[in-house]
Amino acid sequence: MNISFVLNDKSVTTFQNNSTVLLDLIRNEYNLTGTKEGCREGDCGACSVLIGSYKDGKMIYDCINSCLLPINAVIGNHVVTVEGLNQSELSLVQSHYVDNYASQCGFCTPGIIISITNYLLGNYKYNLRDAKDSIVGNLCRCTGHVSIIESLKSLLEDLNDKSDGEEHLSYLIRKRVIPDYFLRIPELISKLTISNESTDEINGKSFLVSGGTDIYVQKQDELYQAAVSFIDSNDYEENIYISEDKCFFKASTTINQIMNSNIMSSIIPDINNYLRLFGSNQIRNRATVGGNIVNASPIADFTSILLALNAEVHLLKNKKERKIPLKDFFIAHKKFDLSENEIVEKVSFPLPEKNFFFNYEKVSKREYLDIASVNTSAMIIVSENFIDHITVSAGGVAPIPLVLRKFSEFMTGKYFSDDILIRAMNSVDEEISPISDIRGSAEYKRLLLKKLIQCHFLKFFPDKIETEIL
Amino acid sequence: MMEKNYELIRHVKGESKFLDDLPVLSNTLNAYVFTAPVAHGIIKKLALKYALESKGVFKIITAKDIKGENQIGGIIPDEPLLAEDKVHFIGQPIAVVVANSKYEAKQAAKKIQLEVEELPAITDPRIAYQQNSLIMPPKIFESGNVNDAWKECDFIVEGRVDSGGQEHVYLETQASYSFLKEDGIKIISSTQSPTAVQRIASRVLDFPMNKVEVEVLRLGGGFGGKEDQATAWAVISALSCHLTGRPVKIILSRHDDILWTGKRHPYSSDFKIGLKIDGRILAFEVTYYQNAGASADLSPAVLERSLFHATNSYYIPNVRAVAYSCKTNLPPNTAFRGFGGPQAIFVIESAIHKASKVIGMRTEKIQEINLIKEADHFYYGQKVINSNASRCFIRAKEKYQLEKLQNEINNFNQQSKFIKKGIAVIPICFGISFTSTFLNQASSLVHIYTDGSIGISTTAVEMGQGVNMKIRQVAAKVFSVDINRIRIEYTNTSRNANTSPTAASSAADLNGKVTLIACNNIVERLKELAAKELKCEKSEIQFKDEIIFKEGSKKKINWIDLIQIAYRERISLSSLAHYATPGIYFDRTSNKGNPFTYYSFGTAIIQSQIDCLRGTYKIESVKVVHDFGKSLNSKIDKGQAEGAIMQGIGWMTLEDVVYSEKGKNLSDTLSTYKVPDVMFTPEDIQIEFMENPSESLAIFNSKAIGEPPFLYGIAAFFSIINAMQEFNQDIKIEYKAPLTPERVLLQLYNKSIS
Repeated sequence: MNISFVLNDKSVTTFQNNSTVLLDLIRNEYNLTGTKEGCREGDCGACSVLIGSYKDGKMIYDCINSCLLPINAVIGNHVVTVEGLNQSELSLVQSHYVDNYASQCGFCTPGIIISITNYLLGNYKYNLRDAKDSIVGNLCRCTGHVSIIESLKSLLEDLNDKSDGEEHLSYLIRKRVIPDYFLRIPELISKLTISNESTDEINGKSFLVSGGTDIYVQKQDELYQAAVSFIDSNDYEENIYISEDKCFFKASTTINQIMNSNIMSSIIPDINNYLRLFGSNQIRNRATVGGNIVNASPIADFTSILLALNAEVHLLKNKKERKIPLKDFFIAHKKFDLSENEIVEKVSFPLPEKNFFFNYEKVSKREYLDIASVNTSAMIIVSENFIDHITVSAGGVAPIPLVLRKFSEFMTGKYFSDDILIRAMNSVDEEISPISDIRGSAEYKRLLLKKLIQCHFLKFFPDKIETEIL
Repeated sequence: MMEKNYELIRHVKGESKFLDDLPVLSNTLNAYVFTAPVAHGIIKKLALKYALESKGVFKIITAKDIKGENQIGGIIPDEPLLAEDKVHFIGQPIAVVVANSKYEAKQAAKKIQLEVEELPAITDPRIAYQQNSLIMPPKIFESGNVNDAWKECDFIVEGRVDSGGQEHVYLETQASYSFLKEDGIKIISSTQSPTAVQRIASRVLDFPMNKVEVEVLRLGGGFGGKEDQATAWAVISALSCHLTGRPVKIILSRHDDILWTGKRHPYSSDFKIGLKIDGRILAFEVTYYQNAGASADLSPAVLERSLFHATNSYYIPNVRAVAYSCKTNLPPNTAFRGFGGPQAIFVIESAIHKASKVIGMRTEKIQEINLIKEADHFYYGQKVINSNASRCFIRAKEKYQLEKLQNEINNFNQQSKFIKKGIAVIPICFGISFTSTFLNQASSLVHIYTDGSIGISTTAVEMGQGVNMKIRQVAAKVFSVDINRIRIEYTNTSRNANTSPTAASSAADLNGKVTLIACNNIVERLKELAAKELKCEKSEIQFKDEIIFKEGSKKKINWIDLIQIAYRERISLSSLAHYATPGIYFDRTSNKGNPFTYYSFGTAIIQSQIDCLRGTYKIESVKVVHDFGKSLNSKIDKGQAEGAIMQGIGWMTLEDVVYSEKGKNLSDTLSTYKVPDVMFTPEDIQIEFMENPSESLAIFNSKAIGEPPFLYGIAAFFSIINAMQEFNQDIKIEYKAPLTPERVLLQLYNKSIS
């Protein structure tokens, strides 16, 4: 297919197979070798680049892993590699990096410069916690990240002189965070000739790709030169909405769209603290709700949350919609109730009533950017210790993402007490069937799930739980 | 203000060239290696027909195609480049597919038909030992008489200690590119050992070494993982190039790199420690079972360093240490920062920790009273000169107010039910030098060009440790010129022959020293010339800030003018120097000697917090006093220390290399093998450079820094264990690393750990 986009400060057009990933395009076709391949699975961030899209009169930039980004996502957009940040002097981020000796071998460095620059572009107020969070998706094996954190500290101190009313982009240009050609990008984009026609020859299997963050890891070779069609992710205002006492997510809603939307945080105030543990910023910019569901991983993080919210999945085939509870969607390991040519269109969950509380627990080897050993979500509706309703999900303990049905049913309609909890816990072992694998032994997962369920109740009933039972 | 490091300016702009960033010749082919799918077996059939018919394939190379010797073993010749009749580990190269693209080569490799009669695989070093599957005869170091000493001891404590492997996770994977020259071959390799690549390539290709030129640009991280293990891939690209006549590139994917290459050696060890009631250690007996993997690689040297560091920084009068290098069916394990030292130090620290519980004495008290003192001898015979063990330990306790920290933790733990804190102290000692004495040599070639700019070639490979900057600093100091005049060339075997690996923390020591000699050679000539020009004695000539002058005299020559005069006077503006570290030796019949030029000392205090419901933990602080010597570049040295500490903590906590019973690495991606990330890094890391460092034999009294701070990470293990005991006094402590959240939770609730 023909793709046109703005690469750093120039408009480019190239003919590529549409399953090509951006990393290969920028390194091989444009010889921009500052962007590195470190793992091709979104775990190291050495390939990070910015994708800017023009909307409502301004550019919005996202940091992504170019090793997992199908090139259709750059059509009509602005791609910024580390070379695109270079100016006659070092950029502000580069300069603080050098002064703090935050780079050693240098292989991870361009990706981190990109991630930090993206943080400065996308936020108006800065703090160290969020700045660190912006590089969770970037590994440095040399520095142990200590000098990188030092460089972040001195960088942020250097960014406290924005004058009132100063336009953000102009401020960042004045501070040398980005070159001034960024101002010309909307014009360059408007002049691109976009053709959406795919002229690829289809041989072999065809793939439907949403964010691509998982399928490009798992089926890298199969996707190479395969026919790929895409579900576009639009902006969150269209993707997340409330209608008739239900909250809807289109399948293409990305995790970061959820984090940026006020809808979810008004329902679950802590949602962003939970979702920070979902992948990295780069991954969350691409990973979608639909992808998280159809990947059908037993430890899918967002699926765990949706299960506890009693979500329904809306399926579409030939314009015909079918609706099933999410907990019934999963049939067996990586098998789910989806017929040929049927797609997940959206998911919804009933808006909670009063006295609603939610908790999410995840334990993995490393806290950030890691896959859970066990995760679990709990949604409870409770008044005066009386449990009107509770749903607890459990991931990593069965071939599918699970709702602990017996446990939830047993607890529903009871006054909370230690005794009730202990009795309900007895059913957990019967409901789960963890296996020993790289995420932990079966015995560990059993113990961990029970401890995490206790954590739910410690949060819901901090004063009512006698800690000795734990 | 410290000079900017020009390497870093290129790094941040994305302008540094790593191997895969170089433009390639237009007819370049790509290689993909077909490897053993089982850990142990006899090759019954290897059919290439379908693979050869695959799109884009140019050639498939097997052992039969090798004209020279099919042998890449460095210390012991026990490792074929390509398997012939048997395979010994999953990932052992069998055939090389050379095709137009990486993708086509890989697709073709999938069509190779292989039949293997599977044999039982060994993954556990103790089982290998029982079956007498050893890489070499056991090594035994001893002094005093442990058997007599036990009778004198008030307490004798025994135990077992296990430490896991560790994947290097250099961000740049293994890579090489080869092309033919008129009558030879040039190999660009991402290696720490250009000469090893040259030697082995010449052996396999049957070329004399002078026809094999090896060049190294820079490494995207090494950490020991490219000391011996880069060779196979470099030789595969060279062999493919030689047999096809075309340039050939090979870049390992992350997955293949983790799956196929060796790691830090897992160790399983037994100890017996005897102490007097006052805490003095009288005797220590230890047996190490090193998991060497399928062939020797660097295991013998790694094993030896474990023996050297058996007593960490303590003086123990009676020691007996026995070490077995056990042959298993895993990829050959290899060098990794610390090189066997950390494994041994984890054992003695575990022994002291366990003994402290038995005696009822604080661990740090036992540590302190046993620290090695000036003029004490380590048990292999080396006398300690300039021991800073106690100085660092006492300074750390005082500066960081250890007692106060402990009281705060006690108070916290009394009030907190499910969050517990723990603290641990560790003194460290690390011997500096290659223990293979002959490797302690280096060369430096310095050229001054007629415009006054300077190019320096040494045997050192830049891999992030800052050796290029340090060498530039040495030359800038000797010539007293602007450091920006000095450029460090790529490491190349045609400019610097017979290079020792860039390893053992010694690259700046050796190459700094030899560059000093080379620069001084030229300075001597320039001084003679300047004396003639300024009409004074040679001894009166001074070089300062690019001005050459005689004190008190008005006449001066600037740097560029002097260089141009020298050129016209036909004075050599180049020098090739050689340096060999004096005074080191080791007798391998008595296992006694003076293997190290000097020792590096320091002490760390690490504090952790654990969540007893979730089994998770946070390393809260790392507080260090370290003897850096007179640091050449404090920012580089601090960065080395911080990076090493985090790798050490990673090894003890998160980093879990897991093999199946059949020898398959299950942690073969970065989504299953987790290294410390920015959030795991403690908020509070303090590193004090010990004041008034003593003389060292390294360049300008600096000290090697690459490896020693790795050892501090070991304290993370004990700080977590100590916190766990605050929650549950009855924990049966297992000295088994890494201490993953899984092992923490299971132990907290008295379940056995796998």
